[in-house]
Amino acid sequence: MPIAPVMSPDDIRRAVTRIAHEVVEHNRGTRDLVLIGMRTRGVPLAQRIADAIAAFEGETVPVGSLDVALHRDDLTERGAAVKVQPSDLPEVAGKRVVLVDDVLYTGRTVRAALDALIDYGRPERIQLAVLVDRGHRELPIRADFVGKNLPTSRDDDVQVRLYESDGDEYVRVAAPEPLEVQR
Amino acid sequence: MTTVRMAPETTLTPDSPGESAWSRRHLLDVDDLTADEVELLMTTADAMKEVLAREVPRVPALRGTTIITLFYENSTRTRSSFELAGKVLGADVINVAASGSSVTKGESLVDTVKTLQAVGADVIVMRHGRSGAPYLAARHAACSVVNAGDGMHAHPTQALLDLYTVRARLGDVRGRRVVIVGDVLHSRVARSNLWLLTSLGAEVTVCAPPTLVPRGLGDTHEGLLPPVRVESSLDRAVEGADVVMALRMQLERMHGGFVPGMREYARLYQVNAERLARANPGALVLHPGPMNEGVEISHEVAHGLQSQVEEQVANGVAVRMAVLWLVTRTRAKGVA
Repeated sequence: MPIAPVMSPDDIRRAVTRIAHEVVEHNRGTRDLVLIGMRTRGVPLAQRIADAIAAFEGETVPVGSLDVALHRDDLTERGAAVKVQPSDLPEVAGKRVVLVDDVLYTGRTVRAALDALIDYGRPERIQLAVLVDRGHRELPIRADFVGKNLPTSRDDDVQVRLYESDGDEYVRVAAPEPLEVQR
Repeated sequence: MTTVRMAPETTLTPDSPGESAWSRRHLLDVDDLTADEVELLMTTADAMKEVLAREVPRVPALRGTTIITLFYENSTRTRSSFELAGKVLGADVINVAASGSSVTKGESLVDTVKTLQAVGADVIVMRHGRSGAPYLAARHAACSVVNAGDGMHAHPTQALLDLYTVRARLGDVRGRRVVIVGDVLHSRVARSNLWLLTSLGAEVTVCAPPTLVPRGLGDTHEGLLPPVRVESSLDRAVEGADVVMALRMQLERMHGGFVPGMREYARLYQVNAERLARANPGALVLHPGPMNEGVEISHEVAHGLQSQVEEQVANGVAVRMAVLWLVTRTRAKGVA
């Protein structure tokens, strides 16, 4: 059963462009700026933000990728999620790092990313950009740049798809199974 | 452990690679690993290698996990490699040497394993002089068992790190010509390497005095042994080789009249510069260590540009981290 997307490719493009402007405005330029995408879908988003900045500022911002699988505190609950990939980070010590992820939910991934980042060096500042903030934080973490605030129930399944990683592009919310059956 | 269930932050596609490619609680040998499992091990080792290169090479991935190394045979590099691998992943590592344990008081292997498990071991990394001992341990263990070498049978993590080292330099091993030279008969390293390399499509040649070749190896009929070529002349064997793997001459096992003498052996089977020149340019030289320089390998080759010996040791930590990570993933889901 098709579920109407809450963000179309155009919506995602506009959100990414706005985030790119906000990042530059907030940091008063691009000096010492580093964008780090969290695997998997944060990586293409970080690249898109960098591309947008390059387009309107004419400045190249380094982009890196971070895999936080080895830093999570909820590994046992997540069962056999075993895939780990190498992280690939530019110099972060003394930089203004913007972490980029697709969905902000409990905040545990971000906490893990903060831990991981600090092992690479001491950034001057770490900011957080997300495409979707779906609420239900379990930790005192908030995003500095948000594409869309999306109120959800804990049982909802927020699905983000991007061309680079999935060959398709949308954000949608799938309600839990029983509701779909009733329709 | 708490049993709080958490919804994933985003749903990955159900067939996303790696989610179900690993289901082993133990790693006992490489002979039954699938190509997917080997691939997952190799990419995981890549990630681990990146961790080792960090300013602070430490991640909390296995925090709260207890790893016990149980060694019935001496070892420095394998045990310290496993120990470091566990510590980099944040696990608690306890080393038990059989000589200083209740084993000397007559405790059986199974009882020792059960005791270590009761103490809280999540993983037992085991080396034993008897082939098959880790299989016995695994059958009685609720925790994970990783084979760190059993008798003359298998040494899976060594074969995996050898593969990792070769792949890092040459890429895919399919069609690559690998020569394994030396005491294959007594070598668990050789056995695991034969299985792993042939299963991935490498063309393997075994070179040794006939007394040190396992019976039946190289026979053309279908058998329980991996398909390899056996060649008694090292000069011929290294012709066109991409990888030359020298095995340690196990001096302690040379009492049975296998070779006339070490000098005779060295003259015919030593990997030296002259012989290496017959291999492909840039061919890699591997040795599982410890080396008897001047016996199975010459000093100049052991420390030459083509030698991967130090790489092997460094990669060993990353590969063992990958193994510890993967076997404990399964446990988190299965037993809990």
